[in-house]
Amino acid sequence: MKTAALKVTTPSERELVMTREFDAPRGMVFDALTKPELVQRWLLGPPGWTMPVCDIDLRVGGKYRYVWRNADGREMGMGGTFKEMVRPSRLVATESYDDHWTGGETLVTTELAETRGKTTVSTTVRYATGEARDAALKMGATKGLEASYVRLDELLTA
Amino acid sequence: MAVDQLSNTFAALADPTRRAILARLATGEASVAELAEPFDMSQPAISKHLKVLERAGLISRGREAQRRPRRLEPRPLAEATDWIERYRKIWEANFKRLDAVLQELKHKQKKTIDALLDEAKPKPNKKRRTR
Repeated sequence: MKTAALKVTTPSERELVMTREFDAPRGMVFDALTKPELVQRWLLGPPGWTMPVCDIDLRVGGKYRYVWRNADGREMGMGGTFKEMVRPSRLVATESYDDHWTGGETLVTTELAETRGKTTVSTTVRYATGEARDAALKMGATKGLEASYVRLDELLTA
Repeated sequence: MAVDQLSNTFAALADPTRRAILARLATGEASVAELAEPFDMSQPAISKHLKVLERAGLISRGREAQRRPRRLEPRPLAEATDWIERYRKIWEANFKRLDAVLQELKHKQKKTIDALLDEAKPKPNKKRRTR
């Protein structure tokens, strides 16, 4: 099967949007994004990392907690609170890394739209303030650099 | 690469004219006048953009006294590209795994539906009730 393209755009200074289509109805995609036993199988990041902790209390006001671990035993954790939950179309949650490398809390909005059995997932990452994003930049955080990556991408594919 | 250097690189790239200038320089060095031509911009305006690119280390000046041709410095761009590639690769790998999880769920769902349909079918061995 051909892999769908991952699109990244920057609608504003504080936002980053990632869009990707999946070959499944959205109820199923929503499950894969929110059921711990499924999330643990794909949300792994760089090669060599596993996700030993994945707790999700899926309701408005509920918390979630993720911890990743690599082969050397190094750990990275993050978590947040669900602000909105409309199954199977919309999820809004805060996101904060333990070592604050994103320069504070970000707000992540996930929207799922289904067309003919396929689901387009769009993820919007919004930084708390311009300063938070700059702080993330100064730390050399991948997240903080995302917006710029997009622009560089445009350049390189122009 | 130092983080400040990387930030400079990205800041310099956050402008369509500067990206177009880099794209032009990727095909070979050019003078300020030559660079100004396709953009319908004054030479001072172009010079401002060139200064930003120069500060970011993305371009340098040739020695030729009159033309001072600008040329692309590929290293910082390549290093910045490595960052993007790392980021994209991580998410592409995540989503590829998600594709596999979804295919499995679809397969399971189909099996469940098939089993239910099978159960609902009249069994040939049993006597069928007629209306």
